[in-house]
Amino acid sequence: MLSKRIIACLDVRNGHVVKGVNFEGLRSAGDPAELARRYNTEGIDELVILDITATLEQRRALAETIHAVARELFIPLAVGGGIRTEADAAAAVEAGADKVSLNTAALSDPALITTLAERYGSQAVVVAIDAKRAGEGFAVYARSGQSAAGRDAVEWAREAEARGAGEILLTSIDRDGTKVGFDCPLTAAVSAAVSIPVIASGGAGSLDHFVEVFTAGRADAALAASIFHYAETSVRSLKEHLQGRGIPVRL
Amino acid sequence: MIALIDYKAGNLTSVRKAFAAIGAELYDPGAPGDLDIADAIVVPGVGHFGATSALDRGWVEAIRGRVAAGRPLLGICLGLQWLFAGSDEAPDCPGLGLLPGSCYRLSGGSAENGGAVKVPHVGWNNIRIQRDAPIVAGIPSGAQVYFTHSYVAPVTLDTVAVTEHGEPFASVVQRGHVAGVQFHPEKSGEVGLTILRNFVRASREPC
Repeated sequence: MLSKRIIACLDVRNGHVVKGVNFEGLRSAGDPAELARRYNTEGIDELVILDITATLEQRRALAETIHAVARELFIPLAVGGGIRTEADAAAAVEAGADKVSLNTAALSDPALITTLAERYGSQAVVVAIDAKRAGEGFAVYARSGQSAAGRDAVEWAREAEARGAGEILLTSIDRDGTKVGFDCPLTAAVSAAVSIPVIASGGAGSLDHFVEVFTAGRADAALAASIFHYAETSVRSLKEHLQGRGIPVRL
Repeated sequence: MIALIDYKAGNLTSVRKAFAAIGAELYDPGAPGDLDIADAIVVPGVGHFGATSALDRGWVEAIRGRVAAGRPLLGICLGLQWLFAGSDEAPDCPGLGLLPGSCYRLSGGSAENGGAVKVPHVGWNNIRIQRDAPIVAGIPSGAQVYFTHSYVAPVTLDTVAVTEHGEPFASVVQRGHVAGVQFHPEKSGEVGLTILRNFVRASREPC
């Protein structure tokens, strides 16, 4: 049976892992390669490196970070943040990324999804959607949550799949860093609308939040950052908890 | 040395890094004749079966020639599917035909029969080992490995391990020194590296 994946996210700035609340107020959480090693030992299923500033100069530092992580860890590695062009994606892939995650660039240039899917295969293309509750629906935001994209999250996920995306990384802006739980209605709505995997993100604060997002939220994978970085919860104890609740995991 | 055949179906960086990590030397054959010196051959690949059409008759004959000379062959993901006669994904594109059977798309299961599942099959799933084979030496049945694919190879007498995703399919195959894995050993942690070590060990044995 296919396991539910637990994915650790490393938000990287200037070669260091940082983490904020509601996309703001960053604090440092250590060296990315060292954290990646620790998570791997604990049984993490996948890693995401998000470059949250992404200027040209830092792009080179990012390539070194990707290379350092990919050289010794043989689990899937996705890279996102500031990937605007095919050349940006190629640089991440050459450094050792298995998947690239597109967010703002996919919204402003949806054809980029197809270009990358044709070049590297759909399995290598993740479309990241940052969504915020808006009345009955969920509005998509671009530029790290700063500007409304004028699109509905469910409809945009469907389009991303049709254009060749292999996975959806769905982040609730309302829940990001709050530790009050994933937005399960958001995750369930998107998961039901597409046949590609949906990775839920934003709001993990307790072990039962993961149970909820894998059942009521219908998520295929769940991503978290701060809950792991500050060693509040080990990956292993989370997986044991999930297994005890009848959720298939890799242990 | 082991030949890694790059027919431009996906990125091979991860495969190269994994072989480097276990101390195996790879080279890139630029033309079919370059396979004459191969101790073993790896056919990787992700994506569409039609991409294997880049492996034209010259390549097919060179690969078959090395296999006939007793050299090990490992197909990874699409490379496993290519070992078979063909695939519904690209009916006009024949496979290498070293193993009987043809590949087809996962059905996605059904609500009545154990529940519907998503296709593509992406993530960690277990392999149930059906019989001993050198390619799975040291790996316990039930070990988890990383998959990402929509098409599968049938369960036949060549099947070593079976995985379930809405239906059973062949996740590891081996006949003589021809082996294939549907998952990505280069992304499957220590289990995956063990598979690659088993293959590299076979490549170092005399014919």
